[in-house]
Amino acid sequence: MSSSTLLFCVCAFFALAGAVGTVSARRPLRAAMALLAHIVALAGLYLTLHAQLLAAIQLLVYAGAIVVLFVFVIMLIGPASETSGSGRAGMVRMTSLVLMGMVTVTIAFAIVDTDPAAPRLPAGYGDVEGVGGALYTQGLVPFEIISITLLVAIIGAVAVARGKTAVEKQIEAKEKARAEVEARLGEGAAPAPAE
Amino acid sequence: MILGLGEYLSLATILFGIGAIGFLVRRNVLIQLMSIELMLNAVNVVLVAVNRFHPDNHAGQLFAFFVIAVAAAEVATGLAIVIALFRLKKSVDTDQAASLKH
Repeated sequence: MSSSTLLFCVCAFFALAGAVGTVSARRPLRAAMALLAHIVALAGLYLTLHAQLLAAIQLLVYAGAIVVLFVFVIMLIGPASETSGSGRAGMVRMTSLVLMGMVTVTIAFAIVDTDPAAPRLPAGYGDVEGVGGALYTQGLVPFEIISITLLVAIIGAVAVARGKTAVEKQIEAKEKARAEVEARLGEGAAPAPAE
Repeated sequence: MILGLGEYLSLATILFGIGAIGFLVRRNVLIQLMSIELMLNAVNVVLVAVNRFHPDNHAGQLFAFFVIAVAAAEVATGLAIVIALFRLKKSVDTDQAASLKH
């Protein structure tokens, strides 16, 4: 067994274990840690596929940013991040589990024998120079669009997640007080002609 | 045993299936978001593996790179929506998120 096959087997095992752990963990923080193991294992898989730059990006972006973001949100939400049981009927859950599992296993078994001969890799395949060159020639326009997408996502995330500022709370409180006063005046004024 | 494309593809299929099952079965919105990440990662494995067996250009790796970037944007907005939902409902259970139900 060659070293790359060994690396594949180890990484595949940890990727599967991490995925199962993510999906089945009761506490979201444990799910996040299982996701981290999954992501590191996938970076190892990318190494067996000669995608060194992508493995580094995977570690930086996923392990360094996305999992940390998940952990921050879980800590922000606190103990309520753990939901108790499921309101949905067990039957529906079992059906979706069984059907999805059957489809997955069928496709996985059907596909496992596709074995084209592994071609000889050209020089510079998968390293920083090769992927970077392709990124700035072939993929220049998508690259620029991605930067705008990320900017829009940042602004959107701030706009959605932001609570009310102190000034907005003051204005709201004043409006509420004014509405109450007006309602009271209205009550006071309305019975007066009747008397 | 020599590694072929098939092993990578079936591994990615199983990972995608686990992610899909997690998304369908779990009711915790945080874990559903993580399941979406599992599915995106499985697709990335397919892209990189197919690119390895057709190495004339870097199209698959470029696509995987863009998928990672879009996943980062998706998680940022998704988690912002989770926080807004939690502020509104005091819960991260998706069964509680029925405000748009008529």
